[in-house]
Amino acid sequence: MISGVLVIFFLLAGLALLGAVSLIWQSHPIHSALSLILVMVSLAGLYLLMGAEFVAAVQIIVYGGAVMVLFIFVIMLLNAGVEERTNISKMATFGGVPLAMALGLIIAAAIARSSGQMPAPAASGAMSSTRELSKLLFSEFVYPFELTSFLILVAILGAIVLAQREN
Amino acid sequence: MVPTNYYLILSAVLFGLGVVAFVFKRNIITLFMAIELMLNAVNLAFVAFSQALGKPDGEVFVLFVIVVAAAEAAVGLGIIILTARNRRSLNVEHVDLLKL
Amino acid sequence: MSEILAKYGFLIVPIIKVLILVFVVLTLDAYLTWLERKVIAHIQARWGPHRVGPHGLLQPLADGIKFILKEDPMPTGVDKKAYFFAPFLTLMLALTSLSVIPFGPDITIFGYTTNFGIADVNISLLVLFAITALGVYGIALAGWGSNNKYSLLGGLRSSAQMISYELALTLSVVGVLLIAGDFSLKHIVEKQIGDFGLLSWNIVGLTKGGGGFTQIIGCVCFFIAAIAETNRVPFDLPEAESELVAGFHTEYASMKFAMFFIGEYTSMIAVSSLFTILFFGGWLSPFPASWTITHYLPSVIFIPLGLWVFYDGIRYETIFGRLILPGLGAVFTVLGFALFLFSPVNEVIQGPFWFFAKVGAVLFFYIWMRGTLPRFRYDQLMDFGWKFLLPVSIANVVLTSAVIMWRMK
Repeated sequence: MISGVLVIFFLLAGLALLGAVSLIWQSHPIHSALSLILVMVSLAGLYLLMGAEFVAAVQIIVYGGAVMVLFIFVIMLLNAGVEERTNISKMATFGGVPLAMALGLIIAAAIARSSGQMPAPAASGAMSSTRELSKLLFSEFVYPFELTSFLILVAILGAIVLAQREN
Repeated sequence: MVPTNYYLILSAVLFGLGVVAFVFKRNIITLFMAIELMLNAVNLAFVAFSQALGKPDGEVFVLFVIVVAAAEAAVGLGIIILTARNRRSLNVEHVDLLKL
Repeated sequence: MSEILAKYGFLIVPIIKVLILVFVVLTLDAYLTWLERKVIAHIQARWGPHRVGPHGLLQPLADGIKFILKEDPMPTGVDKKAYFFAPFLTLMLALTSLSVIPFGPDITIFGYTTNFGIADVNISLLVLFAITALGVYGIALAGWGSNNKYSLLGGLRSSAQMISYELALTLSVVGVLLIAGDFSLKHIVEKQIGDFGLLSWNIVGLTKGGGGFTQIIGCVCFFIAAIAETNRVPFDLPEAESELVAGFHTEYASMKFAMFFIGEYTSMIAVSSLFTILFFGGWLSPFPASWTITHYLPSVIFIPLGLWVFYDGIRYETIFGRLILPGLGAVFTVLGFALFLFSPVNEVIQGPFWFFAKVGAVLFFYIWMRGTLPRFRYDQLMDFGWKFLLPVSIANVVLTSAVIMWRMK
């Protein structure tokens, strides 16, 4: 009897893979952006399944609600149309795609074969509450935390400088 | 419980699909989205290991990856807008020379 | 009955709760539109709908029939995926946001204890913020999907407004989070239970154990940001009739427009519920718990209300009104007497009664603002969001954390 957790995992993983394949398949960038949003929301579902609730919420709020909105604004602003035909050679397509997928599958097979040495997952949710995360963030990881806040400030200034009109 | 391998295989396959998208798409913005897909796949691997080892360190690192990706998206999209205005094309094959 | 509930309750009970909630919320939406039209009409010294049923009470039904029967044209050149997906997304997100809101304390029916909302998660406040963040897509895709430059402009403006005020919304809540210590909405309400009734609510902040601080600044910032989030007056420039035709929903007719419409009113209800939970004590009564005589207040309100509707109905002009209104009045009176006599039902009904009373007051305030205030110009709106509201929210966070740290010593 397959447990409910496994069913939900396959559902969400299927959605994520569907979104990723759709990103490659669609010709218009805005449909690719919508597929990427689907991938991000299903990944947030997977994080929730693993018990990482704060990360799931941050993924939706930051990635899904801010970064992808930025992408969609840029696509609408630049009025990106349907992609043109590419001049890539036929050999690259017929040789390249199978090779790339073979690379991915080799990595996946290597992971699957090493299932014996993988540590077993602990009970979910108990240790990764928001409180634990914030304690860790401000004690052990306070230096990267301050650096990332500086990085965000630099990014804001960079974006403002890039967006200035030339006078 | 879902074994950790399943998450890692999903992460590897998503990363591979991101690489395929990066190599084969011509629109600059779609290339950028492929980079975001690869970053998401890596985040999934981090959270899977964090759950397997029982420590929240992986999740803290995921927060940093998300923040850095957001900053990179902001600046990168600004550059893309300027490049698209200068070259009047969003095709990456037309922006491969430094000369205008 | 309790054996079936104990074994399969985790499956049956949420389904029943979802059905009840969807029914109640959709009816509430419909009558909220009636209330809005009546209140704005009375503010503007006219009647509002009063022909369709007694006092216009069947107007929402007439509107619903119109939406179903009207032609649903689709303009040429629309992007089919975005055009069809946008109203569905808006309505789905608005209804999902209602699933994490607790309407009352835990209740026990037939020995099965369940919480008075659909889902009881640790991060219910974060889920609401995530849903607000995703709500931008409904509008952006609607504006872009219609093959119309006015819709695109309206959609982009509205999305930019929503993401600007989302920051102020999130930051103004951090003060409440510092007091409650948890993201769960149920714990936030439970933290406001005190011996002083009204004064323990977060707006005044005399909570149990003295860990609170008045959240007046956060409350005002949240309310203003929430009005901007739901695109209501005075922040509704992107969808105002005289400005951009109708903004992002110009090209949407009957059923799809109805979905946007219902989505907007549902998100208004969700935001008002969040406002009462965070700052006004959610389902807590304004009187201290020791004054148990106030438990009869619902009856005291329902019985005279029922008698007044009955009296008004008897002398109504149309025959239909003379049948319906006294019936309605009789129902209210019987309900009031039933609550007076059956004490266990009265106890259960206390929480939701105060919750809906407060939400009703907030919704009336929303409608009142629509009837009286002019709208902001777009650049004034963005200036206000970034240059005033965001710094004030941050100052509220700093002030609240300083006071709490000082009190903790």
